[in-house]
Amino acid sequence: MIAIIDYKAGNLTSVARAVSHIGVECVVTGDAKTILNAERIIFPGVGAAGSAMESLKSLGLDKVIASAYAQGKPILGICLGTQIIMAYSEENDTPCLGIIAGKTRAFSKQMPDEDRRFLKIPQMGWNRICVKAGHPVLSGLNPEDEFYFVHGYYPSPDHAADIIAETEYGILFPSVIGVNNIIAMQFHPEKSGRPGLRILKNFCEWRPC
Amino acid sequence: MLSKRIIPCLDVREGKTTKGIKFKGNVDIGDPVDMARIYYEAGADEIVFYDITASHEKRGIMIDVVRRVAETIFIPFSVGGGIRTVEDMREVLLAGAEKVSVNSAAVKHPEIISQGAKAFGNQCIVLGMDVKHVGKSEKIPSGYEIVINGGRTYMGIDALEWAIRAQELGAGEICLNSIDADGTREGYELTLTALISQNVSIPVIASGGAGKPEHLADVLTQGKADAALIASMVHYGTYTISGIKSYLDERKIKVRKIT
Repeated sequence: MIAIIDYKAGNLTSVARAVSHIGVECVVTGDAKTILNAERIIFPGVGAAGSAMESLKSLGLDKVIASAYAQGKPILGICLGTQIIMAYSEENDTPCLGIIAGKTRAFSKQMPDEDRRFLKIPQMGWNRICVKAGHPVLSGLNPEDEFYFVHGYYPSPDHAADIIAETEYGILFPSVIGVNNIIAMQFHPEKSGRPGLRILKNFCEWRPC
Repeated sequence: MLSKRIIPCLDVREGKTTKGIKFKGNVDIGDPVDMARIYYEAGADEIVFYDITASHEKRGIMIDVVRRVAETIFIPFSVGGGIRTVEDMREVLLAGAEKVSVNSAAVKHPEIISQGAKAFGNQCIVLGMDVKHVGKSEKIPSGYEIVINGGRTYMGIDALEWAIRAQELGAGEICLNSIDADGTREGYELTLTALISQNVSIPVIASGGAGKPEHLADVLTQGKADAALIASMVHYGTYTISGIKSYLDERKIKVRKIT
């Protein structure tokens, strides 16, 4: 059973639907006991870091995620979930979970673009990832696969070893990060067609050592 | 580098996909869930649904379509048509849509944009704009005016000013439809599209007038659009999504390949 953490940050049903589609049982829940009893955890999210951290704390889920991580449970972060596992987010000047050392940075609003003066922010649409360090959750992907991104912020780990894949949008930014039993991506695998479903399936079979 | 998005648009009336020309006369062309699945498998980057069901009582049918689409395709899709309140937005988003689009309701009550953005995030809120070329005047400095009711009602609002205002209110994307080009299959309104796209910092989807792959190439280059909406080109089987994408790829326009 997979627990999809419900902290009132939207977009959870689409993750649940994608996981059900690949034939894995899941539950959308904010209940500490259910989360700690689950085999693995998905930590999604859409919205702003400030209000997300507030509701995580008010539900006591910040501690639940930290203990699930300490227990060695496989955890998958998606989009805002990925940004919140960093120590700090520039969005709303928010102290975050600190599972991965580093911070979540804002894209500069003045990244030059050949089409227009500046690149549009948020990045909205399909982009590639360049895998730097092979990872079981990214196995079986084609280098030309693209993934659906919607974001104005990106995770920036302190340690280069925590960067699993990068994506180019004005700058090269970390789009998949991870350490030990956590892997987190800035894009939405649940909305990225077949390669996205492949990542979810890989995650469901992942046994971190 | 970000790919340009190709987005089929399905008009849905009482649960059936329909196609009309210049808002006159509609014919049923299939089941929206089946069509969405076919386009998803063929490489569509996103899908747009417009609910053109006239009666408010029958809106439940659309919510059921949204739910079934969400169980079938795993790419983003948006739903517009008849969205008047934050509650309408919530219903569509909970049923599984990624984004909602507001058009005439936002013209009449712009605060729906900020309310929606606050409740669900900017990225969820698409501003649909129906625009007509009217020539430059003091009131309409860009020469393009916002219209509603399928182009029948002129609102006295400048299209460019409205786009900028909607962005400030929290719209995350603009779907820009030229009423003049819509249904003609003679190409997108390039001047209008470039004008809006170059003056906002959010993505712009061009809509209205697509008839052949060259039109998409034009609007994605000269028109500076981030995405192109297509309808009859693919609904009647004249072109396929993969054929359009190969054409754009040959023209060195970056599109997502189906791998």
